[in-house]
Amino acid sequence: MMLRSILFALAGSAFLPVSEEDAIHFSRDIKPILSDKCFACHGPDRGAAENDLRLDVRELALEAAIVPGDPENSELIYRITSPDRFERMPPTWSKKPALTEDEIDRLRQWVEAGAPYEPHWSYVRPVRPEVPSVEDTTWPRNEIDRFVLARLEEEGLSPSPEADRITLIRRLSFDLLGLPPEPKDVEAFLRDDEPGAYERLVDRLLASPHYGERMAQHWLDLVRYADSAGYHSDPTVSVWPYRDYVIRAFNENKPFDQFTLEQIAGDLLPGSTLEQRVGATYNRLNKTTDEGGAQAGEYLAKSFADRVRTTGSVWMGATLGCVECHAHKFDPYEHRDFYRFGAFFADLEERGVYPNNSRPPFLTLPSEDAQQELARLDEAIESARSSLEENETPEAKSRASELKKRRDMLWKQQPTTLATVSVKPRTIRVLPRGNWLDESGEVVEPGVPSFLPPLDVPEGRRPTRLDLARWLVSPDHPLTARVFVNRLWALFFGKGISARLDDLGSQGEWPKHPALLDWLATELIRSGWNVQHMVRLMVLSQAYRQSSLPRDDLAMADPGNRLLARQTRGRIDAEFVRDVALKVSGLWNPEIGGPSVKPYQPEGYWSFLNFPTRTYRASKGDDQYRRGLYTHWQRTLLHPYLLAFDAPTREECVAERPVSNSPAQALVLLNDPSFYEAAVAFASRLTADPEATDEQRLIEGFRRVTSRRPEAEELALLKELLDTERRAGGDESDRAAWIAVARTLLNLGEAYTRN
Amino acid sequence: MNEQRLALTRRAFLRESAFGLGTIALTSMGGSALARVARAGERPMPHLPPKVKRVIFLCMAGGPSQFESFDNKPELTRLEGQPMPDSFTKGQPIAQLQGEKLQCWGPQFPFKKWGESGQEISTLFPNIGGIADKICIVRSMHTDQINHDPAHTVMNTGTSISGRPSMGSWVVYGLGRESEDLPAFVVLTSKGGRNPQPIAQRQWSAGFLPSRYQGVQFFSQGDPVHYVRTPEDVSGDSQRRVVSTVRALDALRAQQVASGELETRIAQYEMAFRMQTSVPDLVDFSDEPQHVLDMYGTTGNDGTFAANCLLARRLAERGVRFIHLYHRGWDHHNDLAKFMTVCSGLTDQPSAALVRDLEQRGMLDETLIIWSGEFGRTPMVQTNKGGPGRDHHMRAFSLWLAGGGIRGGLTYGATDELGYNAVENPVHVHDLHATMLHQLGLDHERLTFRYRGRDFRLTDVAGEVLEDILV
Repeated sequence: MMLRSILFALAGSAFLPVSEEDAIHFSRDIKPILSDKCFACHGPDRGAAENDLRLDVRELALEAAIVPGDPENSELIYRITSPDRFERMPPTWSKKPALTEDEIDRLRQWVEAGAPYEPHWSYVRPVRPEVPSVEDTTWPRNEIDRFVLARLEEEGLSPSPEADRITLIRRLSFDLLGLPPEPKDVEAFLRDDEPGAYERLVDRLLASPHYGERMAQHWLDLVRYADSAGYHSDPTVSVWPYRDYVIRAFNENKPFDQFTLEQIAGDLLPGSTLEQRVGATYNRLNKTTDEGGAQAGEYLAKSFADRVRTTGSVWMGATLGCVECHAHKFDPYEHRDFYRFGAFFADLEERGVYPNNSRPPFLTLPSEDAQQELARLDEAIESARSSLEENETPEAKSRASELKKRRDMLWKQQPTTLATVSVKPRTIRVLPRGNWLDESGEVVEPGVPSFLPPLDVPEGRRPTRLDLARWLVSPDHPLTARVFVNRLWALFFGKGISARLDDLGSQGEWPKHPALLDWLATELIRSGWNVQHMVRLMVLSQAYRQSSLPRDDLAMADPGNRLLARQTRGRIDAEFVRDVALKVSGLWNPEIGGPSVKPYQPEGYWSFLNFPTRTYRASKGDDQYRRGLYTHWQRTLLHPYLLAFDAPTREECVAERPVSNSPAQALVLLNDPSFYEAAVAFASRLTADPEATDEQRLIEGFRRVTSRRPEAEELALLKELLDTERRAGGDESDRAAWIAVARTLLNLGEAYTRN
Repeated sequence: MNEQRLALTRRAFLRESAFGLGTIALTSMGGSALARVARAGERPMPHLPPKVKRVIFLCMAGGPSQFESFDNKPELTRLEGQPMPDSFTKGQPIAQLQGEKLQCWGPQFPFKKWGESGQEISTLFPNIGGIADKICIVRSMHTDQINHDPAHTVMNTGTSISGRPSMGSWVVYGLGRESEDLPAFVVLTSKGGRNPQPIAQRQWSAGFLPSRYQGVQFFSQGDPVHYVRTPEDVSGDSQRRVVSTVRALDALRAQQVASGELETRIAQYEMAFRMQTSVPDLVDFSDEPQHVLDMYGTTGNDGTFAANCLLARRLAERGVRFIHLYHRGWDHHNDLAKFMTVCSGLTDQPSAALVRDLEQRGMLDETLIIWSGEFGRTPMVQTNKGGPGRDHHMRAFSLWLAGGGIRGGLTYGATDELGYNAVENPVHVHDLHATMLHQLGLDHERLTFRYRGRDFRLTDVAGEVLEDILV
C-alpha cells in the first residue's frame, strides 16, 4: 500500500486532541520513540541499511515485526527486550541508548491495544477544535485562556496571578517593540484606573512604527537576511530595501498569505508593484560567491539547496536539508522531493559565480522625490525630442542630450537592490547523493511532496513560484499556519507550543497543547491570515498576563513551564540589548529604515576580509545611534556585540536563537565603546537638572533602566558607589562618579531581562 | 516468526561484528546530558580515558603544496611539461585551471630523508625535518570541497553547510573548560606569503551550540581580546567597584525573583573581570628568557606566526583546551617557488620550536598538535596568473600530527605516482576529527547535540579513528 493512500485513509478521522493522560496515544506516546530510536534504519529512507523492515507504515510493520494484540509474539517487543546484546535493538553500534522501562511499557501496551497508527499530526489539515469548558469561568479572557486553563485544571494546577503593572508594561514593550518603556509611559499606565487600560496600552504599542521593527527582527533570522554575500570575500550586498519591506509589512498588518506570495513570487503577481518586487528579493538572500576558481555548477547547486532548505524551514518547519542526498530518515520526504521543490525556483536569473563585488540583476528604487524629478525630466526629454524633430538646431540637440544626461545621472544615484527576475527555467536534475557533478539523475519539474495536498495547477502548465506560494498558504496546507502561529507563540510565551520551532516533523515535539495550536492555526486562516489579530489574541490573554515568578509547586510538576501556569522569563535578544542602552541614555535615533549602519567596532576586526581588503568606518553623526536591527550584518564577521549575545550570522535559517550567558557579554556591556558612550550620555542626562538631589537622580536612573523604584538596599549600594567614586576622583570626580553609576545601571541583568 | 527472527538476528550479529564487537560497554552519556552538566558549571566526563588534554591546530590557510613539503613525487618531475593523463582529471572538479591545459609539474625543491625514521620532507622545512622522528606525516588526506571558504568549513565543522559548530566548540562542549580565567577555545591569526585568505568567523563559531562555546579571537594589535580593556577614562579601581556593585545588585534581584540565570550571570562577570587581568599577563612575553624567544625566532609578541606559536604554548600552560592558529598566506596559484620560500621561512622554525618546547616542559604527551591546510595543491602547473604555481586540490593533501599518543616517525598513507589521488589508506577529514576526539577521550559517535530533530556530530555520519597512527 502506498504511503500516501495510507495517510489519506487515516486523515479523514482527524486526530483527536488527547487529554486523558492514561490512554496510549500513537502520536504522543509511540511515534516519538519509533522515530527517535528506530526510523534511522527502519524508516522512510529505503536506502538505509535495514530497509526490509519498516516501522513507519503499519502494513509494513505488521508483515515482519508486530502482531496486533499480541506483544509476546511481536518481534518488535522481543527485540527491544532481548537479553542477548546481539539481538537487542537499538544495536550498540547505533550508539542509541537502550529503551527505558517506560518506553518498553508504552510500546507493549500499544501493541496490546492493536498497534493503531495515525498520520503524523502536523501532516493532517488542522480541524478547528471546540474550545474546552473550564471550571473557573472568571479567569479566562479569551479562547486561549480556556485551552490553557482546561489543561491546568486537569493537572490540578492553578494559574499564576496577574503580573504587576510595571512588569506588564515592560513585557509588552519588549515583546511588541523590542524597547524598554519610557518612565512617563509607565507612570501613565500605573495611573490609568479606567477599565481597558491594558487593552489601550496594547493598541498604542501595536500602532507604533517600532512594532514592525521588532517583528522584522525575528523574520530576518528566518529568511537569513544579511548585508553581505557570505562566501569568501563576503562583499556588501544592498538588500536593506527588503528589510524595510518586512518592517512595513508588519506595520501595515499585511496578511500573512499576501506576505508569503510577495516574497516568493512578488515579481510574478499580475501587475506587480515595485513594493511587491522588493518583497521578492527574498529569493536573492542566499549566500553567493565571486571566488576565483569557483565552479558555477557547484555554486548553483549550493544556492539551489540553500533555497530549498530555507523555504522549507520558513514556511513548513521542515528539515528538507536531509533530502538533498537521500530520502528523509524520519519524515516521508523523498530524495526527488528536494529537487522538485527547488525546481520552482529554476526560473530565477542567477549565477553560480558572480563578478567581483557585484550581484546582478539589480532593481532600482527611486525615492519619492526622485520619482517626481524623473517624471519631470522624462517629460522635458519628450518635449525636447519633439521640438528636435521639428527643428534640428544645435541648441535643441545639446539641450536634449543634456536632459538625457541629467536623467541618467539621477537614475544612477538611486538606491538599488538585488532583483528577482524570472527567465526561462533551467533544467533541474535529481543529484544522486547531492553530487553536482553527477548528471545521471532524472530531470524533474516543479512539484510538491506527495503526502501533502496536491498543487492546484492545470495539467500541462509548468508550475511556478507563484503556484508554490499559493499552495503554501492554501487553507488545506497542514503546515504553514501551524508553523507560523507556533513561532508567534514563542515570541510571546518564550517557547513554542511544539517546542522545536524549526521542525514540526516526526522528530519535532508532539505539541503540549495540540488543540490550542490547531485552534490558533485555524483562527489565523479564518481571520484572513491577520497577523495582528493573532498577536492581540496572545497578548490580551490572561495566560500572557501572568506573573513569571517561579513557583515551588511548578518546579516539580512542570519544570519547563510548558503548561503555562506562569509566564516565562528570559534575556532579550542581541539587537534589543543595544536598543536598551541607546534608549535609556537618550542617544537613540528612532529613524526607521534605510541602509544599514556601522556601530563602533574593534580596530582590525575586518583585517580578516580580503579581495579587496576593507576598512570598517563607523557611522558618523546620528547614524551611530540607530537600533540594533540596522547594524550592518557581515555574515563572515558579525559585529562582536551581536555574536556575544547569540545573534546568528544569518547564513542559514534560524527559528530559535540559543541563549547563553558568557563573560564576553559582560565585556561588551562594560567596555564596548558604544555602551561606554551610552553610559556617559546617561550620566549627563541624570545630572542635567541642577536642582535634583543625589537620591532623586539615583532613583531616576534606576527607574529608567528597570522601570521600577529601587528598594532601600539597592539605593544604598548605588549611593555607596557614588560616594566612593567621588572620594577617589580628582577634579572631574563628580562627573566620573555619575558615569560609574550609569555604567553600573547599564550592566544590570534586569535591564536586559523580560519578566 | 522463527525464520524471520533468525534472519534478523543474523544480520544484527554481522552488523555487530563489523562495527562494534569487542568495544567495551561504556557509560552512556548523550548530548543532552553533556549539555546539562556543562550548564551546571561542572566538567563533563570524557567517554574514554583521554590521552591528551588539549589540541593545538596549526592551520595553514590557503592550502600548502604537498609537493613542496611532505609528498615527494619524482615521477611528476620525470613527466614535467607533459599533459596530465586524462584518466586522472576527467570529470573531476577543478578550480582556477578550468579550461586550461593540464600539465605535470614536479616538486620545485629537493626532498631529503630526516632522522632515524628517514621520513621524507622537503628541504624547505629543515626544522620540521629536525623533528621528523616525533611527527606522523599523513600523505593521504582528502576532502570534499575545492574552494577555500567551504573547504575551511569542512575542515573545521565537518561539513560545508554553514551553521554547524566548529571542532573547538565541540571539544569544549564535550570536555568543559579547564582554565578559570581564560576562554577554553582561542583563535590566533598571522599572515605572510601570498595575499592572505579571508577567514570567516564561522570557522570558530559555536554554530547551533550556545555562544559560550565559540572560539575567542586574540589579536596582536589593539585589545588582545575584544573589549578586554577598561575604557580609557576609567581607572582599574573604578572598574572593580562597578563590577562589584553590579554583582551585588544582580544578587539582590536574584533573590527578589528567584532567578538562577542571574546567579550564572554574576559568575560570568567575575570571569570577565579576571580576564581583564589574566589576558594582559598572558600576552606579555617579558617573563620569557631570550633563548626561548630565539628558539621560536621571535623578538616579542608581534602577531607573527612565531609569536603566536609561543603564545599557544602559554595558552596551553594556562589550561586552554583548543588553540587554533591560522597562518594566512599559502594560496600559491602563482610564483609558488617564491611564496613557498616565504611561508616555509615564517612557519618552519616556530612549528618545530613549539613541539620541542612542549616536549622540554613535559607537555607534549598531553597535547595533540596538528599541522594542516584546508586542502592541497594540484600536481599540475598553473601559469595563467604570473610565474608558475599550483591550483587548489581536494583529492589528496598532506598533514602532520605530533604529541600524545601519536606514533612519531611514521609516514601514513600514500598518493598515486602523480600525487593526484589518495590511494593507500585514504584519510578523510572526518577520520582526522574522529582521531582527534578519540585522543581527547571523546567518542565521535557519542559526542552529539540534538538540533532540528537530529543528533548532530562533528563527523556527521562517517569517521574512523586512525588506530594505525596511534601508539
